[in-house]
Amino acid sequence: MTTTTGRDRLWDSPEPEGSYDVVIVGGGGHGIATAYYLAKNHGITNVAVLEKGWLAGGNMARNTTIIRSNYLWDESAGIYEHALKLWEGLEDDLGYDVQFSQRGVLNLAHSLQDVREGVRRVNANRLNGVDAEWLDPGQVTEVCPIVDVRQDARHPVLGATYQPRAGIAKHDRVAWGYARAASAMGVHFIEHCEVTGIETSGGRVQAVQTTRGRIAAGRVAMSAAGHSSVVAGMAGLRLPVQSHPLQALVSELLEPVHPTVVMSNAVHVYVSQAHKGELVMGAGIDAYNSYRQRGAFHIIERQMAAVLELFPIFSRAHVLRTWGGVVDVTPDASPIVGLTPVGGLYVNCGWGTGGFKATPGVGWCYAHTIAGDAPHPLNAPFTLERFTTGALVDEHGAAAVAH
Amino acid sequence: MLLIPCPWCGPRDEAEFGYGGQAHVAYPADPGALTDEEWARYLFFRDNPKGPFAERWHHAAGCRRWFTVTRDTVTHEIHPPAFAADGGSR
Repeated sequence: MTTTTGRDRLWDSPEPEGSYDVVIVGGGGHGIATAYYLAKNHGITNVAVLEKGWLAGGNMARNTTIIRSNYLWDESAGIYEHALKLWEGLEDDLGYDVQFSQRGVLNLAHSLQDVREGVRRVNANRLNGVDAEWLDPGQVTEVCPIVDVRQDARHPVLGATYQPRAGIAKHDRVAWGYARAASAMGVHFIEHCEVTGIETSGGRVQAVQTTRGRIAAGRVAMSAAGHSSVVAGMAGLRLPVQSHPLQALVSELLEPVHPTVVMSNAVHVYVSQAHKGELVMGAGIDAYNSYRQRGAFHIIERQMAAVLELFPIFSRAHVLRTWGGVVDVTPDASPIVGLTPVGGLYVNCGWGTGGFKATPGVGWCYAHTIAGDAPHPLNAPFTLERFTTGALVDEHGAAAVAH
Repeated sequence: MLLIPCPWCGPRDEAEFGYGGQAHVAYPADPGALTDEEWARYLFFRDNPKGPFAERWHHAAGCRRWFTVTRDTVTHEIHPPAFAADGGSR
């Protein structure tokens, strides 16, 4: 594997051209990865990724970098496990170090209902070829010695699911690696270029209007995360998503103390330790709709209270920084990836609180969808139409809070 | 942290409230007459504006009544409840 060092620019910053075969709206992880796979898998390189801010500066810069594929339903296991397999070869594929670390993830069970749900999920995972184990409290301690498993604790640990192949990666480097490789194949990354309108004619998309002029497009692929409703609204589409703040925080840099990723749906918290040393923790969403990239402090306060019960060793750590991103949440906690009623217009949204882990899988499948004007088998279940047909993919148990 | 103006109790801390989402979503008058598409629109689709949003709050730790305010989803500025604007349920 080779890595890039020095001061070379990782991607070019060309002026936008008047027209492209494919315009991707949103230069986050998903948009960048989609451009990469359009070029690499389908030979489509006349592609522009339009980003209103700077590349990968939205949720791609704000997530807690957890990667796993231990979802309950077959549809979810399909796309998330595809993503995890791509993660496992990504550094070689991109020729770029993304600091992917398969340190495993524990999902703690604090009640008998948690135990039943966890054991069921382990069995479902195994049937889908996803690595999963059920651990008793003693085994939890072997994987992560700093979790308090005393049975008189505030949140007693009755067991945990364990996915050894799960882990973390350096989010910025993931975006940079994809952008560098896509740029080398001719993809244009155009920053500070906000899409302000989508032109359609005869039921087909024609162009986008932007703050840097009109850009004609054969196909337009929306990938705007928290702003999905706003972008889709420009084409007259209404999406079943609601935008919420999602908060996270880090501690100061500490010596390595936390060897894995620990999540607990019951107390709304997930914790890992970044390579650099900071503890990275995420919360549940703020309840109200918002496009403001910040949330309320009482969410953080409750989250910290739970963390200190689970990890007494963290009692002297300090919160260094908190922040928020805007996530688009669907009614069934599963994404929407596929076609729209407008010809040549595609939608990727609704990843809610957990889109980072799916980045390679989404890029792969969304590129396939755009190139062939038909969904990839792995994203075929995640249509917009499922909310009418009733074929929901209810992942609230595995997805709703913790990522 | 929001300071939410309960029309009965006055301005109170956000932590006292539950959130009810978009306001003025009426139950269909004749649910059986709806097409699947119309039922989906009622059940799963809500407005998600970037800007003013009429929404429901429940003063769960106070008077326990529901009311509607208009809040800007970018600035979080809240306009006081519009009394009787939705048929008397403030």
